[in-house]
Amino acid sequence: MPRSKSAYSVPGKIGKLERHILVVWVDNEAGVLARIAGLFSGRGYNIESLAVAEVDKKKHISRITIVTEGTPQVIEQIKLQLKKLVPVHKVADFKRNDKDILFRELALFKVLANSKKQEKIKKICKKFNPVILDKSKESVVIQVTALRADIDKLALDLKRLGLISISRTGAVAMTKGAKIFS
Amino acid sequence: MSKLITGAEIVFKALEDQKVEYIFGYPGGAVLPIYDELKNHKSVKHILARHEQGAGHAAEGYARSSGKPGVLLVTSGPGATNAVTALTDAYMDSVPLVCISGQVPTHLIGTDAFQECDTTGITRPCTKHNWLVKDVNDLSRILHLAFEVATTGRPGPVLVDIPKDIQFKKGKYKFVKNILRKKLNGKATYKLSNKDLDKFIELIKKSSKPIFYTGGGVINSGPEASKYLRELVSLTGFPITSTLQGLGAYPGDDPQFLGMLGMHGTFEANNAMHDCDLMINIGARFDDRITGKVDEFSPKSKKIHVDIDPSSIGKNIKVDLAIVSDVTELLKGLIKRFKEKNKNFLNSNKQKTSKWWEQIDKWREKKSLNFINSDKIIKPQHAVQRLYELTKDNDTFITTEVGQHQMWAAQHYKFNKPNRWMTSGGLGTMGYGLPAAIGVQIAHPGKLVVDIAGEASVLMTMQEMSTAVQYKLPIKIFILNNEYMGMVRQWQELLHEKNYSESYTAALPDFVKLAESYGCVGIRAKTPDELDEKIKEMINVQRPVIFDCVVDKSENCFPMIPSGKPHNQMILGPEEEEEISDEGKILV
Repeated sequence: MPRSKSAYSVPGKIGKLERHILVVWVDNEAGVLARIAGLFSGRGYNIESLAVAEVDKKKHISRITIVTEGTPQVIEQIKLQLKKLVPVHKVADFKRNDKDILFRELALFKVLANSKKQEKIKKICKKFNPVILDKSKESVVIQVTALRADIDKLALDLKRLGLISISRTGAVAMTKGAKIFS
Repeated sequence: MSKLITGAEIVFKALEDQKVEYIFGYPGGAVLPIYDELKNHKSVKHILARHEQGAGHAAEGYARSSGKPGVLLVTSGPGATNAVTALTDAYMDSVPLVCISGQVPTHLIGTDAFQECDTTGITRPCTKHNWLVKDVNDLSRILHLAFEVATTGRPGPVLVDIPKDIQFKKGKYKFVKNILRKKLNGKATYKLSNKDLDKFIELIKKSSKPIFYTGGGVINSGPEASKYLRELVSLTGFPITSTLQGLGAYPGDDPQFLGMLGMHGTFEANNAMHDCDLMINIGARFDDRITGKVDEFSPKSKKIHVDIDPSSIGKNIKVDLAIVSDVTELLKGLIKRFKEKNKNFLNSNKQKTSKWWEQIDKWREKKSLNFINSDKIIKPQHAVQRLYELTKDNDTFITTEVGQHQMWAAQHYKFNKPNRWMTSGGLGTMGYGLPAAIGVQIAHPGKLVVDIAGEASVLMTMQEMSTAVQYKLPIKIFILNNEYMGMVRQWQELLHEKNYSESYTAALPDFVKLAESYGCVGIRAKTPDELDEKIKEMINVQRPVIFDCVVDKSENCFPMIPSGKPHNQMILGPEEEEEISDEGKILV
């Protein structure tokens, strides 16, 4: 093997990747999302999905839910780096497979379908809290809330029935029972 | 009701309340209201640089040598972008800087106005935090918060972007303190636990091959930290090594000091790091120039890491005991607890570490910093050694540029006090040393300030000589002139089959004449016989000096850990290069 032609060290072994959900409470001020997103891109971390909205109108606090993947050390770094940002109040971290946490994503599907097909669509979506938001003779807009994988599968199934447009949110999360994130 | 004053006045009121004595800057359209206000505030003196990068490094030199935050004032657009290198440098080396930048008026933001740029966007990744002020009534709070963010926790740069209309607008001024602490609800402060201290002491007592590995955190924690570090090191009798940024926290000529560690560190320091059974990291960050190959870094040791920045712990190297704390506080607590329970530790423990010291002495016998001197041509290491011998009795402040000369300065100049050594480590910014020396001299009038420089680096910010002359700052620019970008040439020699691609600088200026044209003093030394006399001449001149020290063009910086190697496989000198290159083939 040739010698390394670099003044930097060669990469070491990479550990096993884990998927985590990070919930971040931030001041809802100009540029705060750019700070979070810039931290991830600048340090080479990965954002799978992101959901942001103000949850406290009086104190102007936004709650950001980030789905990310990394080795345990990388996840730890992400948390510590997030906590260093001035507008960040707290960070909660959960494994994707944690049984005590609820996750939901919302999706809107627009499908070209006559009334017969529309019944079929409703049936397919039945398990995922379907709401018909708009209906015409040749189309329907349907809203579902589900897990990421379920929505992926639904999209595949609806493709055969004339799906022409999908709009999806990132995941949001909440703990089960009476306790809250801390 | 408090009086309404303009944004520009608020800026100066805040600077006065923060006890700022000097600001470094360069005027321009979008900061003119602030510059106009300058005349009304005699306690704040402005130092006019020749380029915003120079102003930034000067503010860094001021901050690092004085322990106070450096303040920088620049205009919008190019003023702000020119300051980015200095901000990034300060971010990497944890230097507290407050940069105030002008911005185009609020109503023009986003229209690609003249000298407009997205300053907060550009500086977001190279500051601890930044603000665009959109309401004059937020200005005083933001400015005081800016000082607080810059100087607390791990220090670093911040930027406040103030549109021109806000500088004119009238608003209320209020001096607010401890905003961060209130807001974060105590999150930023960590309390030392006795449990951690006891664990720390347990590890110290169990160890038979210990080493202290200390860094810039000790310096940043203030002069008291160095005092306590010296006490702890003498209490334990353990060997100590330091990173580039930590030099001066522990006396460089003390027998317990093994010299600097890392890529160009001493043989004894690096081998001791590799073979130790206990590594006590105080205020260092396991930088890649220190660790070499991470997988083979100090494989047999327990590691303690003390750092004020929680994200520095466990980032590169896993540790056994992590303590988030200010260094002074930790050392104070540790020494007190250690003394209570371990009277006479030094003598009772001598036996346990005696073998370790014997081993260290064997490594020391290699004399890894030795070089083959010449009586015909000045060797750069010899020049630094002579500079040290002739300046060590003064309280000398040294800055450097980046490259071979920087490493030779770190190896051969021995520092005995903190805040005497200012060098760009993390970012490795060529052109840092000259403007930094200006800032140091501002903070320490009457002291000897020397920039140990390379001719390539120093040309990057040479224009700042004009600043030095304007403010009568007698800085000494000591150029080790080998006509090459020496470190680039060295890597090309070792890694790229001596293909010296673009690392030779043809058409260099005559530095003596250049000095004269700036209105300062030029001195040239060509042979070893005249070196001492010329250095003395430099020290005795009470004006800025450019010293052109003509050195061996082909000298390389050793010892060296080649890329991707662990600490115990250093190249000691040119005669060893061939042997290692064969071994390297197996390793990478």
